[in-house]
Amino acid sequence: MLTETEIQAIDHEIKLLPYKKAAVIEALKIVQQHRGWVSDDSVEAIATYLEISPAEVDSVATFYNLIFRKPVGQHIILLCDSISCYVMGYRSLYAALQQKLGIKFGETTGDKRFTLLPNACLGCCDHAPAFMIDDILYKEVTVEMLDQILSEHT
Amino acid sequence: MSTHHSPLTTHNIMERPLTKNIHPGCLPFNLKEYKMTGGYEAVRKALGSMTPKEVQELVKRSNLKGRGGAGFNTGMKWSFVPMGKDAPHPKYLIANADEMEPGTFKDRLLLEGNPHQLIEGMILSAYAIEADISYIFLRWAYRKAAQLLRKSIEEAYAAGYLGKNILGSGFSLDMYLHTGVGRYMCGEETALLNALEGKRATPRAKPPFPQISGLFGKPTIVNNVETFCCIPHIVNNGAEWFKSLSHSQEDGGTKIYGVSGKVKHPGAWELPLGVSMRELIEEHACGMLNGYTLKGVLPGGASTDFLTPAHLDIKMDFASVAAAGSRLGTGTMIVMDDATCPVGFVHNLQHFFAQESCGWCTPCREGLPWVERILSSIEEGEGKEEDMELLQMHTQLLGPGNTFCALAPGAMEPLQSALKYFKEDFDNHIKQKRCPYS
Repeated sequence: MLTETEIQAIDHEIKLLPYKKAAVIEALKIVQQHRGWVSDDSVEAIATYLEISPAEVDSVATFYNLIFRKPVGQHIILLCDSISCYVMGYRSLYAALQQKLGIKFGETTGDKRFTLLPNACLGCCDHAPAFMIDDILYKEVTVEMLDQILSEHT
Repeated sequence: MSTHHSPLTTHNIMERPLTKNIHPGCLPFNLKEYKMTGGYEAVRKALGSMTPKEVQELVKRSNLKGRGGAGFNTGMKWSFVPMGKDAPHPKYLIANADEMEPGTFKDRLLLEGNPHQLIEGMILSAYAIEADISYIFLRWAYRKAAQLLRKSIEEAYAAGYLGKNILGSGFSLDMYLHTGVGRYMCGEETALLNALEGKRATPRAKPPFPQISGLFGKPTIVNNVETFCCIPHIVNNGAEWFKSLSHSQEDGGTKIYGVSGKVKHPGAWELPLGVSMRELIEEHACGMLNGYTLKGVLPGGASTDFLTPAHLDIKMDFASVAAAGSRLGTGTMIVMDDATCPVGFVHNLQHFFAQESCGWCTPCREGLPWVERILSSIEEGEGKEEDMELLQMHTQLLGPGNTFCALAPGAMEPLQSALKYFKEDFDNHIKQKRCPYS
């Protein structure tokens, strides 16, 4: 079931588009914004509301890497693993994060605090290596900086 | 934007039109400040005294070529849009702000540094093709740019530069910010249209070209952020002035160039189109970090062929980089040093392309993961001699003409040139059964 708030936000998007179905990505974003991720039930609810099949909604949801079809932690770490960060040493950051958090890419810590994901180039190549935690971009990160940065996200 | 070298340069402020009002670390101009420096004068001029066709002609004559990487004449691109009272409506104009080419960070500078410049460029371009609705397709990761653009679009509406009957001209335009949810494919023009329609971002067959049948089947123009940012300056100062900014015969204007990798001062700088690769790396990026030597350069993002130190004196314009066997691409170069393993470097690139393949066509969906696995085994010391033939074969099979869009052919560019310039490194991995760099 979609909430009133979600329905209002989806309706606003539908109004700007020539037909309902075109709002599916926006609807997925809205649901994820409120619930953190998109469950099977949410896929069904969006499908019913936009009058398309759940398979069609899921095919879109699973295409985009920032729509989460599994529960995620409270904070999402997006570690850039593209070429400039590769050259500048993202692998040592990844090794240190694995050790500190006890998780690999695609996993969530036991206390549900962090999910660690690889991300394609963050467009911050002149300050590599870089990663994002939620909306915040961290530049020229060194292993020594990690404890401080992680402690900012409780 | 780095400013460390500004005292050294003799270029006056007119020669950096796109970035002269960008001050890194400061908030960008709000509408009032932007107007005080001549902002929105070009909209007043074009809507008040030029026809849409005249704007198209002006841009065509300026030799502005698309800054997203393809390098097609922008005015020419616009000229294929049906015009006049019989043209289908609504027509759409879209800014491609899905900057995701690995190694590329130039549009971020323009988006965060001067959002009104982009909006003004889009209003002018929309007028030139008589568009009704415009979108900025922004990648998710650019959170700061999203905030700034949202605020700037609101300001432009409130001041009457967007909305109905702009400045009493009879021309109306709406503008929306669309933030994406990931995938490199969204940067491909027709895949971007599918994403905006709420579909998987797979490419479309051409023809029909977007100018005829684009977003929701209506005439559509998609241009890169940097391309749009040039338009207000062309309208204000003319086509001849724009051409004179460049060091190149065929390409007008300045270019936002960038350098990343193990250089002393990585950054992005607006310079005349056609400066040399040597000037970029040695002067603006201040050369390699101590203890490192330059081994190779991807001149314009991950999907361009390697060049080598032997190419340092080539001009960074579309024709010169092509003549050297690569592409200007986005103009943001990635430098590979002598301590970085070329096999590992190319493996990282192919991992990216294999992951970002949309799966629509077979050579790309099946071929790229195969290439990635071969490179991975060579890097881990498990490569065989016949792997070199397999890699070479893939550069043909995934090359131009065999795939639906440019993703796989782009992926093959750094691979084929690495096999040419760094063959010894590949051979050494296979012979020694280990990575000599680790």
